[in-house]
Amino acid sequence: MTLRKYLVILSVVFFGSVGDAFLARGMKHAGAIDIHHLFKVLSAIANPFVLLGILFLLAFMSSYMTALSFADLTYVLPATAISYVVMVLLSIFWLHEHVSPQRWVGVAFIVVGVGVVAGGPSRTEHPTRRVSDPKALEEHV
Amino acid sequence: MKTLYTWLCIFTTVCAAAAGDILVALAMRRIGDLDDLRRRHGFLALIVRILSSGVLFGGIFFMAIAFFSNLIGLSWADLSVVGPASAALTFVTNALAAKFFLHENVDRRRWFATIFVCCGVLILTWS
Repeated sequence: MTLRKYLVILSVVFFGSVGDAFLARGMKHAGAIDIHHLFKVLSAIANPFVLLGILFLLAFMSSYMTALSFADLTYVLPATAISYVVMVLLSIFWLHEHVSPQRWVGVAFIVVGVGVVAGGPSRTEHPTRRVSDPKALEEHV
Repeated sequence: MKTLYTWLCIFTTVCAAAAGDILVALAMRRIGDLDDLRRRHGFLALIVRILSSGVLFGGIFFMAIAFFSNLIGLSWADLSVVGPASAALTFVTNALAAKFFLHENVDRRRWFATIFVCCGVLILTWS
């Protein structure tokens, strides 16, 4: 894993968590959606926070796809789980939700999980997988 | 009743997100390392290769279902409840699906990380 690849993982975390926070704020403004009128969710897109959330999530998608092009799904998902810690911080400071001490224990569990997976190999090498560039193969291992 | 709807949304989000993640991961594995491709063939060839992947669009379709389901869930419950609950279940579902469908080497280290992250988000949800 090169520094550039760690930065891709970090951008997945940043765009994902900030995008989710924008969406949450936007949906609070839009109000609860009635189960019988689910298509009203489309009208929520007019809300600027929801729109910003969608833009951030598009950036999240492109960095997520880049990450999956060089690492396994079972590496990328736990490694980017630090975004839930960021989400808790955004919930406190931006959405003013209450965060109890137990939730901080949850945050600690996530941090340990992320630390464990980040230290391991990022890619499973399959015998049939063709890698034309030996340098790229070296980087994956 | 709202709680039931919230959990229904979370269930839909988890199933659609797992299907989406597996299909996108499969597509990106077939396409190859994006940096490597851009260096060797150029940016335009890279975009053409990405846009011509049917599996990728299948994955994005399921991710869109997960996105709207999550959006509806967020209108009924707090971000700190819907986000972690969906994530905890998605982690386990994805690890199993990646092992069986993508044949990834989900070793002890990855199971340990997945379970720790899963426990973390469950504590976040139910605390």
